[in-house]
Amino acid sequence: MAIVVERKRLNFWERLYLPQIISGLFITLKNIFKPRVTLEYPDQSPVLPVGYRGAPTLVKDSQGREKCVSCQLCEFVCPSKAIRVTPGEISQDSEHAHIEKAPKDFQINMLRCIFCGLCQEVCPEKAIVLQNEFSINGYSRDEFIRHKEDLYARGGVHPDKIMKWKKVKDNAELGGGH
Amino acid sequence: MQNLSEITIFASGWGDVALDVLIRVLCSLGAIMLVMCFAGLSVVAERKVCAFIQGRWGPNRTAIPLVAAIPLVGNFLKKNGLMQLMADGLKFLLKEDPLPKHVDKFWYMLAPIMALTPVLIASCVIPFGVYWSDGQMCPLSPANLDISLILALSIGALGVYGALMAGWSSNSKFPYMGAMRASAQVISYELAMGLSVLPVVMWVARTSDSPLNLFEIARAQENLWFCISQPLSALIFLIALFAETNRLPFDMAESETDLVSGYHTEYGSFKFGLFFVGEYGHMVLGSSLFIVLFLGGWNLLPGVAWPESWGWVSTVLSLLTFIVKIAMMLFLFIWVRWTLPRFRYDQVMRLGWKALVPLALVNFTAYMLFLAI
Repeated sequence: MAIVVERKRLNFWERLYLPQIISGLFITLKNIFKPRVTLEYPDQSPVLPVGYRGAPTLVKDSQGREKCVSCQLCEFVCPSKAIRVTPGEISQDSEHAHIEKAPKDFQINMLRCIFCGLCQEVCPEKAIVLQNEFSINGYSRDEFIRHKEDLYARGGVHPDKIMKWKKVKDNAELGGGH
Repeated sequence: MQNLSEITIFASGWGDVALDVLIRVLCSLGAIMLVMCFAGLSVVAERKVCAFIQGRWGPNRTAIPLVAAIPLVGNFLKKNGLMQLMADGLKFLLKEDPLPKHVDKFWYMLAPIMALTPVLIASCVIPFGVYWSDGQMCPLSPANLDISLILALSIGALGVYGALMAGWSSNSKFPYMGAMRASAQVISYELAMGLSVLPVVMWVARTSDSPLNLFEIARAQENLWFCISQPLSALIFLIALFAETNRLPFDMAESETDLVSGYHTEYGSFKFGLFFVGEYGHMVLGSSLFIVLFLGGWNLLPGVAWPESWGWVSTVLSLLTFIVKIAMMLFLFIWVRWTLPRFRYDQVMRLGWKALVPLALVNFTAYMLFLAI
């Protein structure tokens, strides 16, 4: 059913149009003296909300251990195929040898990444985290493919409450097992 | 000895003429410079005021390397977008100047010139201030003609030929429609404008021999500005002025939303720059006319005139007063532009023919009767 909007007949002052113009002019004049809403971006940085999904990075735990165990779930889940993990073994001499695996190389192609955050969601180790970096730029395509060292440097440390792998090690040393 | 003095007399006779010509040329250049400077500054003002109204900062980043390094001044120029103006001007000059294949070349080239020149010519009859020589009050303008009002109105209105030529020669439908709208609009508002000026002329004619002289008109307002004694004329003239200069809300010639860019769609680089400057120059000319006709010209306030006894100080002050008034008028133009939406074309025509022209006629008749009695 068509809705008929009733148009009010304008009275003389409204048809004169000038009072409306003048009141409009005052509205815009008031706006001139209001504070500006522009964020002057390169000089001021925006306040990012909690949970902002910026560039994905790899993180270490409080003991400086790389959290990633190269399970490749993120590579598998990544809808834009931006992640490529090359799994590698942890050498037997390392104190983290019981974890067995760590990435030999970890590449994230920032030209492909769509910042969906599925990698972060799927990671069983909370090793890959989307952080606050939003201005991603470079001079060549190669610069946009981030490798392991770069990703760790950008990621920093995310301490765990439960030191899962330490517990595994401690239990093994006590002769317990899983 | 005798020969020498004869030569000096001869030389001084010609010298006077040469000096006179030189002074006139310099004055004209001064007037043109004034209009051009204001046209340039109003472009910046337009962008800044529009930004402020919309809660933005406007252009404040462009910096010319060496100039920007000057302490205070560089930052001032940068923050107020004045370097943006220079950069824009430079861009207009340096860009490739394409000549489309489908245009009528002669008229296409002539149109931008036609848009700017009338404005500059007409600006030469505007009395921007006063000076006194031998106790006589003289206008600070290159030409003091008896018909300067008619000259300014008619030459100023020639500017629309630029739009018309551009629209026709572009051989493209949007410019054509823009040009048709512009010319129709100018014709219809020219009537109301002319009719609204007549009461002023009649008023001046009571005390002056040459009531069509802009200088005499401004001079007649030392005690009472015509915007106070004839508010309706002033209002009609102002509205017609907005239409005449193709400013919003009468932005028919260049209505971006429906005509791409109106009559100068096919233009680029320097030719577009000429149109652009012409448009703002037209605004400056229109504001000066309005100031001379209704806002008391170079007089500070109604009843307050710059005294003759101050000599050249008064001259400078009168010029400054005029300049400040132009700036205020330009602000009004910009302010209105960023407040009101555009009229529809038929609304523009209706307002012109059914409201302004009859109103101007009634106003004219009323003042005629009033002045006759």
